[in-house]
Amino acid sequence: MAILVIAEHDHATLKAATRNALAAAARLGSDVHLLVAGSNAGGAAAQGATAGAAKVLLADAPQYAEQSAENLAALVVSLAGGYSHILAPASSFGKNFLPRVAALLDVAQISDIVAVVSADTFVRPIYAGNALATVQSSDAVKVISVRATAFDAPPESAPSPVENVTVAADTGLSKRLGQELTKSERPELGAAKIIVSGGRGLGSGENYRKLLEPLADKLSAALGASRAAVDAGFAPNDFQVGQTGKIVAPQLYIAIGISGAIQHLAGMKDSKVIVAINKNPDEPIFQVADYGLVADLNDAVPELVAAL
Amino acid sequence: MKVLVPVKRVVDSNTKVRAKADETGVDLANVKMSMNPFDEIAVEEAVRLKEKGVATEVVVVSCGASSSQETLRTALAVGADRAILVDCGDADLQPLAVAKLLKAVSDKENPQIIIAGKQAIDDDANQVGQMLAALQGWPQVTFASRVDVADGKVKVTREIDGGLETLEASLPAVITADLRLNEPRYAKLPDVMKAKKRPLDTTTPAELGVNVTPRLKTLKVSEPPKRQGGGKVADVADLVNKLKNEAKVI
Ligand SMILES: Cc1cc2nc3c(=O)[nH]c(=O)nc-3n(C[C@H](O)[C@H](O)[C@H](O)COP(=O)(O)OP(=O)(O)OC[C@H]3O[C@@H](n4cnc5c(N)ncnc54)[C@H](O)[C@@H]3O)c2cc1C
Ligand SMILES: Cc1cc2nc3c(=O)[nH]c(=O)nc-3n(C[C@H](O)[C@H](O)[C@H](O)COP(=O)(O)OP(=O)(O)OC[C@H]3O[C@@H](n4cnc5c(N)ncnc54)[C@H](O)[C@@H]3O)c2cc1C
Repeated sequence: MAILVIAEHDHATLKAATRNALAAAARLGSDVHLLVAGSNAGGAAAQGATAGAAKVLLADAPQYAEQSAENLAALVVSLAGGYSHILAPASSFGKNFLPRVAALLDVAQISDIVAVVSADTFVRPIYAGNALATVQSSDAVKVISVRATAFDAPPESAPSPVENVTVAADTGLSKRLGQELTKSERPELGAAKIIVSGGRGLGSGENYRKLLEPLADKLSAALGASRAAVDAGFAPNDFQVGQTGKIVAPQLYIAIGISGAIQHLAGMKDSKVIVAINKNPDEPIFQVADYGLVADLNDAVPELVAAL
Repeated sequence: MKVLVPVKRVVDSNTKVRAKADETGVDLANVKMSMNPFDEIAVEEAVRLKEKGVATEVVVVSCGASSSQETLRTALAVGADRAILVDCGDADLQPLAVAKLLKAVSDKENPQIIIAGKQAIDDDANQVGQMLAALQGWPQVTFASRVDVADGKVKVTREIDGGLETLEASLPAVITADLRLNEPRYAKLPDVMKAKKRPLDTTTPAELGVNVTPRLKTLKVSEPPKRQGGGKVADVADLVNKLKNEAKVI
């Protein structure tokens, strides 16, 4: 049976995490279909066509403009017959609508998988990543959300066909009143190779920007933050790294003025190289750091910028 | 208007949990248990809705062993009016089963709003609220950082990957609480005493007509690969040198 992956996109382009979900799907079989549900989403569909799926299903209609969970779930359920597995990225997009699909199909959802053992058995982190559970599903259809950092994106493929599919009716259950998206020239946090992340130790939003932006500029890095820094208003909510924020695994993660609470480590401890800059040598962040620098960040960060 | 809040008893968020050596599960012997932090936020929001005169009654419900009564009492102490325990003994409860139990409770209670936590910090599934909304055919607004109720509608600001989004949904609806929705209050001692007198009813999956048989079987629970950390550098120059020449990441 075929495998269905639900694309995360902004109608014009495909989001990086979609490719990681396709990589997980490829471990399950070769007949992978990518569903692009959007409004004027030809751009995203065209990018999807070279992302490695056997074909792209395009559901193009106004009711998918806002990507509401209610409308997406109704569409996916209408297409579900004939698929053995339904996958989506475990981003705020996937987390929002996928459990709704699972409930409507009366099956369990397997959240945030980090490995595929076999067609019915998967590995997923529990307890903020302090344990890994291997779980086996007995359901006819497996509904799965995929941790993007655990699967490398497949290479670009020759274009596959794009097929229009029948759209589902508008449920009319919710509507979007507005959006405040963080505008940034920097790379997406989830896809960045280098992340410069700041915590409460920065002291203020002004200091956060004054010290970290030049460093991020030099390294072409994305900016991240601990929950304490976000709660204190140093950085916007979508910068939060951790159990309840974003899960990241860049080549280099630089933690500045972050203590290393379990919930923060859950979001970054799979980074390839970790640097910690903190004035207190006993903080848990040093236990996961490859390169720990015990120093006052107010001196060390400008020095680092100058040395790069 | 009635508000229903599902609360879960979980391992306290300050505990570092370890997989058991025989890989059959995690070691939960003698660990401190608390209300799921997101559920504390959900209860607080419901109580505030009551204080604002929007809600008339706040009912809390927990599915689990009889020890979940303690969690329900905590919710009563911060201002919930009434509690329901769905006593499941030591059954392995998975999100779909919890959602079905909550639907059965909701069918009896007829709330206009259900506020759940966005995720439980033990299983980190992030499913129950969305599944419950689906089973009811209700709208869902997840990861809420602000909630306003007026004219039979709810306006919710949600935290999404790119920033914030504001949605409007008709009632009844399911809302799931994110961290920045509010700061939960602490219960004062007199309120803890008063909470002991508030009603706490018990029901069971059988009474609710729900089959809670697990769909997922846990084959093993293991330790994640351990990171070799603990390395130190002398100064900034040493750091830059190692990043360039040893790790080769810049
Ligand atoms: C349910 C729940 C979910 C959570 N989810 C998350 C999550 O997703 N992400 C997350 O990050 N947290 C999360 N947390 C919060 C987490 O427990 C910590 O409170 C938080 O990570 C602490 O942030 P911090 O390291 O910035 O602050 P602190 O722990 O206060 O650390 C500040 C650090 O800065 C250092 N410092 C201070 N001044 C200087 C200086 N001048 N120079 C150098 N160093 C300095 C200090 O030594 C200290 O180590 C969650 C908590 C709960 C209960
Ligand atoms: C004794 C016991 C042992 C278990 N052992 C395992 C195990 O070894 N491996 C495993 O994978 N799973 C195990 N589980 C199951 C796991 O705890 C369930 O997946 C869980 O009950 C569902 O919650 P979640 O964390 O997935 O929900 P989420 O979807 O993350 O929770 C979101 C919200 O739903 C509500 N909610 C969730 N659960 C309840 C509840 N029980 N009562 C009221 N409201 C609730 C809360 O508002 C919560 O904030 C066990 C459960 C029990 C009771």
